[in-house]
Amino acid sequence: MFAKSSRKPLALLATAAALTLVATACAESTRDDGGTDESEPFVFASAGDIKTLDPFLTSDGETFRYSRQVFETLLEHESGGSEIVGGLAEEWEQSEDGTEWTFELREGVLFHDGDELDAEAVCANFERWYNLSGGYQSSNNSYYWQSIFGGFAENESEDIPEPRFVSCEAPEELTAVITIDEYSSVFPGGFSLAAFGIMSPSTLEAVADQEITGEEGNYTLPEYSQTAGTVAGTGPFTVEEWDHDQAEVTLKRFDDYWGDSAGFETMILRAIPDETARRQALEAGDIHGYDLVAPADVEPLTEADFQVPTRDVFNVLYMAYQQEADEALADLEVRQALAHAVDRQRIVDTILPEGGEVATQFHPDTLDGWSPDVQTYEYDPERAEEMLADAGQEDLTLEFCYPTDVTRPYMPAPRDIFDVIASDLEAVGVTVEPVTYEWTEYIPKTNSGECPLYLLGWTGDYNDAYNFIGTWFSGYNSEFGFRDEDLFAAMEEASSNPNDEERVAAYQDLNEQIMDILPGLPISSSPPSIAFAENVNPPNVSPLTQENFAEASWK
Amino acid sequence: MPTTPSSQNRSEPGNGPEHTDTPENTDARDGHAPLLGRRAARIDRLAELMGRQEESDHGAGVWRTAFARMRRSPMAISGAVIVVVFLVVALFAPLIAPYSPTSQAWGAEVFPNRNVFVGPRAENWLGLDNLGRDQFSRMVIGARQTLLVGVVATLVGFGVGALLGGAAGAASVLGGRWGRQVDNLVMRVIDMMLALPTLLLAVTIAALVGSSLTTVMIAVGVAQVPIFARLLRGAMLSQGSRDYVLAARALGVRKHRIALTHILPNSLGPVIVQSTLTLATAIIDAAALSYLGLGNPDPSFPEWGTMLADAQRFLSSAPQLAVYPALAIIVTALGFTLLGEAMREALDPKLRK
Amino acid sequence: MLRFIVRRLLQLIPTLGGLSILLFVWLQRLPGGPEYALLPDDATAEQRAALRRSLGLDEPITVQYLAFLRRIVQGDLGTSLGTGRPVTEEFFTRFPATFELGVTAMLIAVSVGVPLGYLAARRRGTVLDFAAVGGSLLGICTPVFFLAFILKVVFAERLGLFPSAFRLSPGMSRTDLTGFVVLDGLRTGEFDVVWDALLHLALPGLALASIPLAVIVRMTRASVLEVLGEDYVRTANAKGLHRNTVRTRHVMRNAMLPVVTAVGLLTGSLFAGAVLTESVFAFPGIGSFVYAATQGRDYPVLTGFILLIATMYVLINLLVDISYSLLDPRVRAQ
Repeated sequence: MFAKSSRKPLALLATAAALTLVATACAESTRDDGGTDESEPFVFASAGDIKTLDPFLTSDGETFRYSRQVFETLLEHESGGSEIVGGLAEEWEQSEDGTEWTFELREGVLFHDGDELDAEAVCANFERWYNLSGGYQSSNNSYYWQSIFGGFAENESEDIPEPRFVSCEAPEELTAVITIDEYSSVFPGGFSLAAFGIMSPSTLEAVADQEITGEEGNYTLPEYSQTAGTVAGTGPFTVEEWDHDQAEVTLKRFDDYWGDSAGFETMILRAIPDETARRQALEAGDIHGYDLVAPADVEPLTEADFQVPTRDVFNVLYMAYQQEADEALADLEVRQALAHAVDRQRIVDTILPEGGEVATQFHPDTLDGWSPDVQTYEYDPERAEEMLADAGQEDLTLEFCYPTDVTRPYMPAPRDIFDVIASDLEAVGVTVEPVTYEWTEYIPKTNSGECPLYLLGWTGDYNDAYNFIGTWFSGYNSEFGFRDEDLFAAMEEASSNPNDEERVAAYQDLNEQIMDILPGLPISSSPPSIAFAENVNPPNVSPLTQENFAEASWK
Repeated sequence: MPTTPSSQNRSEPGNGPEHTDTPENTDARDGHAPLLGRRAARIDRLAELMGRQEESDHGAGVWRTAFARMRRSPMAISGAVIVVVFLVVALFAPLIAPYSPTSQAWGAEVFPNRNVFVGPRAENWLGLDNLGRDQFSRMVIGARQTLLVGVVATLVGFGVGALLGGAAGAASVLGGRWGRQVDNLVMRVIDMMLALPTLLLAVTIAALVGSSLTTVMIAVGVAQVPIFARLLRGAMLSQGSRDYVLAARALGVRKHRIALTHILPNSLGPVIVQSTLTLATAIIDAAALSYLGLGNPDPSFPEWGTMLADAQRFLSSAPQLAVYPALAIIVTALGFTLLGEAMREALDPKLRK
Repeated sequence: MLRFIVRRLLQLIPTLGGLSILLFVWLQRLPGGPEYALLPDDATAEQRAALRRSLGLDEPITVQYLAFLRRIVQGDLGTSLGTGRPVTEEFFTRFPATFELGVTAMLIAVSVGVPLGYLAARRRGTVLDFAAVGGSLLGICTPVFFLAFILKVVFAERLGLFPSAFRLSPGMSRTDLTGFVVLDGLRTGEFDVVWDALLHLALPGLALASIPLAVIVRMTRASVLEVLGEDYVRTANAKGLHRNTVRTRHVMRNAMLPVVTAVGLLTGSLFAGAVLTESVFAFPGIGSFVYAATQGRDYPVLTGFILLIATMYVLINLLVDISYSLLDPRVRAQ
C-alpha cells in the first residue's frame, strides 16, 4: 500500500480528504513560491541539538556544524577537501624545530560586535583557554584543548596531561606567534579545529567571570554558552537565537564579513533526531537539507530530484576489544578468531552506502601512512572456530554494546550492523549478550571501558594519520584497555618527528604493528551523504564533514 | 455488619469520596459517576456480576447460560477464532516455523542499503526481513514471544492485584471495623493508580529499570495491578455476603480459610473476563514500549512490537516488513478484546438488551 | 453549590497526598537509590556519600518526605538530567504546544465521535452501527505510533498535503504573547501563523484522536441506547412531541452527560498518546520531551510528568464534577 507503484489507494484517501486538499493547496503554493526569494530562511536539519554556543566546551559534531558558520579558526581546510589552507591567518610558518608557529593574520577582519581582529585578540583567546580553571578543566569541557595543547597553566587534577602550549605573543599588530614545547604532528591540523574558533575581545571580557558549576557528569555550562547575545566571532553568519525548546539555532548573514558574504540571509539549524523523520521533512518541504542520510534513501531522493552529494571517504568504523572488560579478549588468539568470524564484506555490501570498503586498518586509505602490508583477517568461520577451540574458549560469552538512537557518518543502522556481527559470532559458538545505551550514555560507557565488545568509529578532524591512530593508541586508553609500551613509545616518536617522509614511513610501520596486536577489528570506511532540496545550490561537501554553508544559496 | 457491599455505603453516607464510586451509585447510570468513577465503576460492575447471578442461576449455571449466549454472538465467535488461532500458532511455534527465526541464511540476498528486499516466494512465504531472515518464521516465533509477554504481564498484574485487592476485600468482609479501615486505605491508593494511564506507568517503570524483555513484562503487568486489585476486592465484597459464607462462618471455619477456599474460587469469573481484556492491552502496550526503545535489546529475537518498531524505517521501501507485525498485533488485540467484551456482555444482563 | 465545590476540593487532599507518597516511595525504590542515577557508574563511595548528604538522603524518612512535599508544593520538581534546567520550567514552556495538540485531538474526537455514536445507536444493527462499533474496537487495538507513522507517510511524505514535523514552519515569524501559537495568532491578527499552526496540528491531532474517538463513539452509542429505553423518552414520544424536540431535549441532553465525563477521563490517555505521537511528528511539546527522558532515564522528568498528569487529571475531573452538578441537580444532592 505504501509502495510507489500502487497509487490507487492513496488517491482514494486523497479524495476522502478532498476538502483539506483544496485548502492546503493554497498554503502549499505560497510555501513553494517563497523558495527562490533570497530572504527565505534556509532550514537544515541535523541529528541533534547543539550543546553550547562556545565550541571550545565540546567535542560534539553538531555543535561544530553551527560554530563553523559563526567562528573562524587560524587555519582551515580547503573547500571540499582536506588540505590545510589559511583561515584567519593568511600565511603561516613553523620554525625549524617545529615549536614556534608564526601566523600572519588577514587584514580588515571584523568581529560581529565590531571589534577588529588583531594578534592581541588571537592571543587573548589562547591565553584564556590556557588559564581556564575549575569545571573547564574537565575533559568533558575541554576535550580538544587537552588532546592538542595538553593541560592548563595550573592543572587542578593529576589526570590532566602536561601543557604542550607555552605562550602566544603578538610582536606585531597582525603577527601572532604561538609556542609549543615540542614538535607534534597534531600541528598544523590542530589550529584548524572548530573548537579553537576565535572570539572577539569584548566577548572574552564579558565571559571572563562565568564559571562551569556542578559535578563531574552533571555540569551546568555557563550562561553565555546557552543564550545568544554574548558570543561574537568573525564568521559569515552571526548567531541570532538559540531556541532550546524547538532545538533550533537561527543564524543571520554577517554583512561586514571579510570574504564573500553568505548566500542565505537566514539559516536555521533544527534538530530532528530520527533519520526517517529527517527524510520525510525534506520530502514534505519542511526543511531544505539534512545530514546523515540513510544509505537506502540516497537513490529514492535522487530520483525525486533532490540533490544528494556524497562526501569522500574519511572515516573508519571498528569493533573494539576492551581487554580489561573481559579477560578472554586479552588473548590474541581470541581476538584473531573473532576477526575471522565476522563477514565484514556482507556489512559493506548490504548495509553501508555505495562506495564503502572493508577497512584493513584503523584509518582510510586516503591518508598518508596507510600500509598495504598489514596483517589481514579474511572471513573464515571454520578457522575462527578452530582458533577459539585452541584458545580453550569454545563456550565464550561476551557482552556486546551498541547505541540505540543514532546513526553516525561512519555507521548507518548500528542495530543492523550489530545484528550481523552478533549472528556471525554466534555462528562460531560465541554467546553474545547485547547491551544497549542511548548515545549520550554510550560514549561515556564505552570510553570508560565498560563494554568488552562495542561499535564505534571516527571521522578525521584533519589530514594526518595520527588524528586516527594517535587518538586511540598513543598511550593507555580505557577505550581499549591494554598497555603496550613499545607501541606507545613508537607512536610518540613518530608523531614528534618533523620530517614528513620519515613520519609517514613510521605510520605505516605503526599500522602494521597495530594490526598484529589487533586491539579492535576495523570494519569499514564509507562515504556519508548529505541531502539538499532542488532549489538550493549546495555548499562543497567536505570529507571532514566541515561544510561551509556560506557557499550555499538559493537557485 | 453490612450485608451487601452497596448497603455498606448506604448506611454510611458522606463517607468521603468512597461513596461516589461504589456499584450502587454508579451502575444504573455508570457514566454519571463523578471523580475517578467510570473506569472504577466498570470494574466494579464486572466484579458484582458473579455474586448477583449466582443467586438466580445457581453456581456453574452462570457459565452455561453465558456460554450459550456467546455461541450466538458473532462478536464472541470471531474473537474466539482469532484467539484460538493465535494460541495454536504461539504454542506450537517451533513446529510451525520452517526455519530458525534468527538465522541470517539469506543475508546476502537482501540489500537494505539499496532498497533491495525479497518478497514472498516459495521457500519464504512472507519473504525475508532486512537482514535476510525468514519473515514467516519470525512472525510465528514472534507470536510465542508476544503471548509470553501478554501472559506473564497479566499474571503479574493478577498476582499483585489479587494480593492487594483480595486482602482489602477479605479485610473488609471479615475484619470488622479495623478491616474496613485497611480496605479504605488500600483502595485509596489503588484508585489513584487507576487514574494514571497504564501505558504511562509502564513507560516510566521501564525507563527507570532499563530495557529488557523482563522489564516489559513487569512494567506492563504492574500497570494492570490496580485494575485487578479493584476487581478482586469487588468480587470478594459481593461474595462475602453470600449465604454460604455466612454459613461457613457460623460453622466456625477460620476466616482466612473462608477467604481462600470459598470466596476466592467463586470470584474468578470476572477475573477471566478481565484477563482476556488485559491481554489485549498488554500486547499493545508492549508494542509501544518497544517503539520507545524500552523493549528487548536483542534485535535478533523476534517479538512483534520490536519487529514493528524496527521496520518503520523501511516503511517506504518495504512496507510489508512493518505491515505484517502491525496486522498481527492489531488482529490479536482485537481478538482478545472481542472475546473479552463478548464474555462481559454475556455475563451482564444489563448490557444485553 | 458552594458547599459541593468545597467538599470536592477537600476530597482532593487525600488523593493528592496519597499520590505524593506513592511518588516518594517510588523515588526511594530506584535501583540503587537516586544517587546512582545522578552519578556516573565509576563514582567513588565518598562521592556517593557526599551526594546522599546533599540530597538529604541520610535524614529520617519522614523528614525526607516532608522536604519532598515542600518542594513539590513550591513547584520544584528538580532539575532535568538531560537539559540541566528545572523540570517545572521545561514543562511550562512546552505545555502550550501539548495543550493545543490535546485540544485539537479532543475536538476531532468529539465532533466526529458524538454524531457517529448517536447515529449508530439510532440505527442499531445496521451496517453503520456495525462499522462504528468495529471501527472503534479497531481504533483501540491499533498502536498509536503505527497509526501516526501511516498518517505521516501517506499525507506528508507521499501526498505532501501536510507538514511532517514541528509546530510551525521554520522561519515563520510571529508575535509571542503566551506561547499558545493559535491563540496568539488570532489575537495579533497573524492569520498566516494560525493557518500554518493548524496545518501542523492536523496529522498529530488526528493520530492522537484515535483512542478518544473510539471511546467516545462507544460511550455515546451505549448512552443513547440507554436513554432511548427510558420511560421519559417513551412518554415524550407517546405524547406526540415532535421527533426533533425529543431528540434534542430528552435524548441528546441526557445522553451527553456520560460523554462529558469521558472527555475528562480521557485526559490521562491523551498525555500518554502525546508521548508517542509527538515523537513521531517531532512536535516540540511535553510528549517529545518525555520521550527523550525515557531514552535518557531522566527520572526527575518522568516523575514530574506523572505528578503533572495526575494533578491535571484530578483538576479536570473536578471541573467535570462541577459542570455536572450544574446540569444535574441529583449529583449535588448525593
